[in-house]
Amino acid sequence: MTGLLPILILLTSLVPAAITFFLAQESYRLRNALNLGGALMKVGLIVVMLFAVAGGASYETDIALAPGLVLLLRIDALALLFVSLSASLWLLTTIYAIAYFGKKAEQSRFFGFFSLCVFATTGIALSGSLISFFMFFELLTLSTWPLVAHKQNAASLKAARSYLSYALPCSTVLLVAIVWLESSTGPILFTDPPDLSGVDPVSLRVIFALFIIGVGMKAAIVPLHGWLPAAMVAPAPVSALLHAVAVVKAGAFGVIRVVYDVFGVDRVEELGVGVPLAALASVTIIWGSLRALQQTEIKKRLAYSTISQVSYILLGAALASPFAVVGGLAHLVHQGLMKITLFFCAGIYDERAGVRSIEGLNGLGWRMPWTSTCFSLGALGMIGLPPIAGFVSKIYLGIGGLQADAAWVLWVLGASTLLNAAYFLPLLYRLWYCEAAPDVEADETAPALVAPTVAAALAALLAGLLAASEISPLGWATLIAERDYLQ
Amino acid sequence: MSALVAVLVAPLIGALSAVALPGRSGRIAAWVAIVTTLAAAVALAASVISQGMPRLAVGSWEPPVGIVLEADGLSIAMIVMTALVMTAAALTARHMLAGDTKGPRIAFGFWPLMLLLWAALNAVFLSRDLFNLYVGIELLSLAAIGLVAIEGKPEALAAAIRYMIFALAGSLLYLAGVVLVYGAHGALDIGVLVGREPAETDGLALALMTVGLMSKTALFPFHVWLPPAHGGAPAPASAMLSALVPKASYVILLRLWFDVMPDQATDAALTLVATFGAAAVLWGSLAALVQSRVKLIVAYSTVAQIGYLFLVFPLAGGGSEDQPWAAGAWNGAVFLALSHGLAKAAMFLAVGQWMKVRGSDCLDEMEGLATAMPMTAFAFALSSITIVGLPPSGGFTAKYLVMTSAFAAGQWVWALVMACGGLLAAAYLYRPMAMVFRRADLSAFRLPSRAQQAVPLALAGAAIILGIASSGPFETLAIGRPQTAEAGL
Repeated sequence: MTGLLPILILLTSLVPAAITFFLAQESYRLRNALNLGGALMKVGLIVVMLFAVAGGASYETDIALAPGLVLLLRIDALALLFVSLSASLWLLTTIYAIAYFGKKAEQSRFFGFFSLCVFATTGIALSGSLISFFMFFELLTLSTWPLVAHKQNAASLKAARSYLSYALPCSTVLLVAIVWLESSTGPILFTDPPDLSGVDPVSLRVIFALFIIGVGMKAAIVPLHGWLPAAMVAPAPVSALLHAVAVVKAGAFGVIRVVYDVFGVDRVEELGVGVPLAALASVTIIWGSLRALQQTEIKKRLAYSTISQVSYILLGAALASPFAVVGGLAHLVHQGLMKITLFFCAGIYDERAGVRSIEGLNGLGWRMPWTSTCFSLGALGMIGLPPIAGFVSKIYLGIGGLQADAAWVLWVLGASTLLNAAYFLPLLYRLWYCEAAPDVEADETAPALVAPTVAAALAALLAGLLAASEISPLGWATLIAERDYLQ
Repeated sequence: MSALVAVLVAPLIGALSAVALPGRSGRIAAWVAIVTTLAAAVALAASVISQGMPRLAVGSWEPPVGIVLEADGLSIAMIVMTALVMTAAALTARHMLAGDTKGPRIAFGFWPLMLLLWAALNAVFLSRDLFNLYVGIELLSLAAIGLVAIEGKPEALAAAIRYMIFALAGSLLYLAGVVLVYGAHGALDIGVLVGREPAETDGLALALMTVGLMSKTALFPFHVWLPPAHGGAPAPASAMLSALVPKASYVILLRLWFDVMPDQATDAALTLVATFGAAAVLWGSLAALVQSRVKLIVAYSTVAQIGYLFLVFPLAGGGSEDQPWAAGAWNGAVFLALSHGLAKAAMFLAVGQWMKVRGSDCLDEMEGLATAMPMTAFAFALSSITIVGLPPSGGFTAKYLVMTSAFAAGQWVWALVMACGGLLAAAYLYRPMAMVFRRADLSAFRLPSRAQQAVPLALAGAAIILGIASSGPFETLAIGRPQTAEAGL
């Protein structure tokens, strides 16, 4: 039974995906039931496992691809952090997406690929070997393409093409890195740190760089970030779950796996590749914020903000001091909660008020109070206002920087906070203090859109308020760091 | 043992009956033969896996006088793949062939030729005698040329003649090599030749046979006949020609180099063969990028994929104690041949159905097909994944095995060629994929039934499954695998 749990968790997304593809457009009920049912079952299974893993259990199962080459699925604390984030946000997004799409066309294809993406994300989280990680990582690349191209017009096909033109070369680089490393170490399992002593340091540095290019593209590190703003042509639920959470988090999660489970903190330090990675993350943080300032479209501004915020996670992983690790891991969840709130709101503004550019936000605060309150919460959290979740991450990363003797990190965090404020506060000012144009038609009487948004915003608030408790993302991140990485 | 005979005899009898019996009953006879051969192929595979390799000395004459048929892991893998592709092509053939102005003639010629082709393929996969192999590939080429010319269009006839010139030249060279071997050793049985004393003429014999077979496999620079032939034949025929026919001569090459004359492999020769392979990968892919007809894109993709198969020669034996599996490069090459067969056939069958709907395979005519025929578009996408070598697919497992061998052997150039080839494949396959995904209204067109559309999807799915459930096939291939596949040439 315990060996079956990882497979069951994967099947809760794969089975709805496989059936949904063959459903007719008119089967709204069956399709919604399948997708909601899968999402609910997944959340249920994860709650069961959260308790078990907190008690020290781990689950494992493998499928042999060739003698010695296994597709290993296992659930450890880190995997569970990512899985529970993606599963709970999948549930919220499914509710949101059903309301968002209403009676629009091509829903079977949309929900099929959407579930397939969640399947791939879950697989990435559960992968216990490098080869399984790569398989799910690429499945995510491919199953996102039809979602970006969903509207089937020239603009979305162009964005989808740009996405693949980043993703496929980077995946080739990743494959070369994996093959190069495994040709001298044999297949790498995350449970069993590989012996890298047989590979010379120069090759190892090159391999490390190749790995970072390969997985970092999905985390949208500069200069491999161009696809993410372009992908904002996708429907709102896709931007919310995939581009704010699943895909970029898969990249960040990949960096964490590479640093901690493939190379190991000590080896990274010995090779001297941690500091360059931290520097790259810092550049991305600042550059993303600067570019966000220049955007006039809400979704684009949020996209550049994502680029900047995801690199906080990379920064934490690269610094590798205890507080930095915890801060980075916690930010994996915190950023996800805040950003999905913001994207849900952006989708509501678009659907219910026809507003896409920031000028349109004028005065919407009082007309759409629920949405705008959530948006404000998310934005303030991103800036780092206590007690919302983003504040906790920043404090931990700052202390972590000091622990790692990298005081310059404080400057990066400070500059980033100022820039965050500079690109978010004008939006809030417009929402609450500007006069609305008299002809704007705005209402938010769409509970299925607003309720998931409120839930996500509340979660972000609670994650910050209850940070000290064991069940918060921060508490869980501390448990991971203590158990696996900081002996 | 009876399955061993049945996979050869059933399609032959079927071919003869399909010619002899009139109209409908001929087609029924063909179908009986197809089902029988498919069942025999599966039974043969099951018996090899459970009871070891069946061996048949024809007419009870043992070598060196008689000829021997034997099924090992490589044979049954190829035979089962062939059976799947043939059945799928036959299932969709009626739809794609009927309704043409020259319909009756095509339908009449198609069944005997495809069964003949099938018999020849199985004969090549099972034969252990160099001359018998010659007979097999001659029969194969003739049936294949017939299939290319079957529609009687002028450009198809020209392609068929070009194909025939290359095939005949290849046969002559191969036969000259066989003569040299017979002259030096007085035997043609592979089992007997394994223990031979190397003779002076062996190097020349191997070179002649290799060049001849390269020409039949359409390896660069002998590939010029392939794109017009495969692009011009009717789609079910293209599926068989592209997926299966080059694999037959490739299997003979594997047997020659790894079983018969591993001692003749010099470093220079191995590098030369792999260089042709690398050139094929790059040239075929670049040529596919600039085509404006979908069938030609798919055909040039075959030229590129054949190139990968030839990287095995210098890479076999690359590996270290760190790899828990044996013979990575050799297995990788066979996996590549298998998954390419399944995926390429799926692609041609999908494109054939699109052509039937739109009346053309020009890239610009493909708009809207993903919405109108989602299953075929999905089949094309899944096959593309295999051809590009993305996980999870047979193509990926193959690529991973070959690339680790290349790095472990320190010959990372070949690994980089594979990586580039994958990227180029993604680029040339993206063009048709993006085109079918565009929005267009096709409600006025008559679409094939859902069952028809499901056939390429099933084949493409099989190529994906080969990547996920790859340990079974991997172990099967170890049955009768030559020692040199592990140790290298």
